[in-house]
Amino acid sequence: MPSQLVEKYFRADKLPQIWCPGCGHGIITRAITAAIDDLGLDPDKVCVVSGIGCSSRAPGYLDFNTLHTTHGRALAFATGIKLANPELKVIVVMGDGDSTAIGGNHFIHACRRNIDITTIIYNNNIYGMTGGQYSPTTPRLEKGTTAPYGNIDKPFDVCNLAAAAGATYVGRSTSYHANLITQLVRNGIKNEGFSLIEAISDCPTYYGRKNKKGGPVEMIQWQKEHAVNVTAASKMTPEQLEGKFLIGEFKNTTEPEYTKEYQKIIDRVKGSDV
Amino acid sequence: MSKKVKLMQGNEACVEGAIAAGMRFYAGYPITPSTEIAELSAEKLPKLGGKFIQMEDEIGGIAAAIGASLTGAKTMTATSGPGFSLKQENIGYAAIAEIPVVIVDVQRSGPSTGQPTSPSQGDMMQAKWGTHGDHPVIALCPSSVRETFDLTVKAFNLAEKYRTPVLLMMDEVIGHMREKVELPEASELEIVDRNRPSCAPEDYLPYKAEENLVPPMADFGTGYRYHVTGLVHDETGFPSNSTEIADQLVRRLVNKVELNKEDIISWEEENTEDADVIIFTYGCVARAARTAMKTLREKGVKVGMFRPITVWPFPEERLAELSKKVKTIVVPEMNLGQMVLEVERVSGKYTKIERLNKVDSQIIYPEEIIAKIEEVL
Repeated sequence: MPSQLVEKYFRADKLPQIWCPGCGHGIITRAITAAIDDLGLDPDKVCVVSGIGCSSRAPGYLDFNTLHTTHGRALAFATGIKLANPELKVIVVMGDGDSTAIGGNHFIHACRRNIDITTIIYNNNIYGMTGGQYSPTTPRLEKGTTAPYGNIDKPFDVCNLAAAAGATYVGRSTSYHANLITQLVRNGIKNEGFSLIEAISDCPTYYGRKNKKGGPVEMIQWQKEHAVNVTAASKMTPEQLEGKFLIGEFKNTTEPEYTKEYQKIIDRVKGSDV
Repeated sequence: MSKKVKLMQGNEACVEGAIAAGMRFYAGYPITPSTEIAELSAEKLPKLGGKFIQMEDEIGGIAAAIGASLTGAKTMTATSGPGFSLKQENIGYAAIAEIPVVIVDVQRSGPSTGQPTSPSQGDMMQAKWGTHGDHPVIALCPSSVRETFDLTVKAFNLAEKYRTPVLLMMDEVIGHMREKVELPEASELEIVDRNRPSCAPEDYLPYKAEENLVPPMADFGTGYRYHVTGLVHDETGFPSNSTEIADQLVRRLVNKVELNKEDIISWEEENTEDADVIIFTYGCVARAARTAMKTLREKGVKVGMFRPITVWPFPEERLAELSKKVKTIVVPEMNLGQMVLEVERVSGKYTKIERLNKVDSQIIYPEEIIAKIEEVL
């Protein structure tokens, strides 16, 4: 029921959104609101924070407490919000360049603290807003406007990075697998700790065009054909998995959550002589 | 009534002032010579139910402080030279998004890593122009431990009243020096809280200014669901490409400080009535200037002193008046000439301006100021 979600959670007067025709970001944003709806969260207590870039325009369309910050800094702002008022449900949306290049330090440390923030990285493998430069997730030898001869950087695996840095809930989906995004975001919000959901998006305007990936339909088709759920993958041979990538829930653990640990300190020392 | 009499450092007085003003959230990153401010905040805030967080870097420190301020908390971050450079990005964000936050810069010698444990006044122009674009600036400059307490309270009050970042420009001497101070009782302090909206959430326009050019600010989580952005925005808070709105916004941001200058600025004068020479001085140098003034007065030289407490906005009207009556203004600074540029702009057409600059990482001594005045008279 997309129209009901739009009516309920979008700032309808701000639509249509600025994303290019065929961009996967709209699907991902809708899938996030579906998770919020499933959980019945009070919109007054939901805070959506972003940095700078295509994906970071999402909060402007969403009817919550919304904060569009500086490039890469969304998680640092969100950490302040969550620690100051832990009753708020804090959701952060970032792009691949925003989160893993300029915001890389904030990203790994938010994971490490296991602060109760749910982060969705819209990964379209390119800097879209600035016109198609290669990002830390652009695959090797693929092209961007600043990699005219092919990218020689080794890309980050965003999920492995988050899991290694200490995030307690980690999963990946794609703009084709929209229901899985909703499921992962729902579980991420329920997780009392730092949750990272990587949502593979398609950028037909820059990444697709530069790398001859076809139009939006072909790019979404590619996601469908190359994504393998982690549970199915366990029964597949390395040959069958050749050229594929994994989606699904990768990590779901329980560890002390930052704001709750801080509250324990307050409970212990509050009222003692200042 | 027993007063709280203590021997304390400027950095300690800063934390005492912040807590008295209502600070309940601190986010920062360790850097000499401001570190005691973080350490004491870490110790004291949880005792008050407040929060402290050591972030991963200087940028994260100010970002977290701004984020926390959006929930209604009074927040602060403290740093020194290299960290002040890093914080400039989000000082601009707090300025355009109109989010109260206090930023303390305990100045040390630069450029770059410079001399981390040595004093300086090298960041005075960075305070004014450090972040890009036109923006409002309020910067206060204490010259004693007790004044550090008072100006930290004032910094919070101004940040709340004008919805803007406020800079407390300390220096290594003021930060680390210990003095006997008598702190005021809480009941003696005027504490300002931000103006919050009284209208229904559906009628709230987060960036519609009131008569004093400041819009009321709602706390996140209280039912006023609104949008905050560093992009140029209209009264609703949403981005706008309108040239007219861009012009109105930037002018209003700057004017809310400039047109309320009388309420914001303060300065101190000593012996200016009959002065032939005025020492224009601020921060730790004012202490040496006072000694120099007294010594020269004893010799019959008519020396006065003008000390801006608010360095930005600059107290130019009063300085211009005084300039018409004196032969010379001497400007000792622990930099190669920063605030003197303002003195020259304001007073240059009325009187002679003499510079005294030092960047060897040592304080300016009274004898050096005396020698300069005797040389130029």
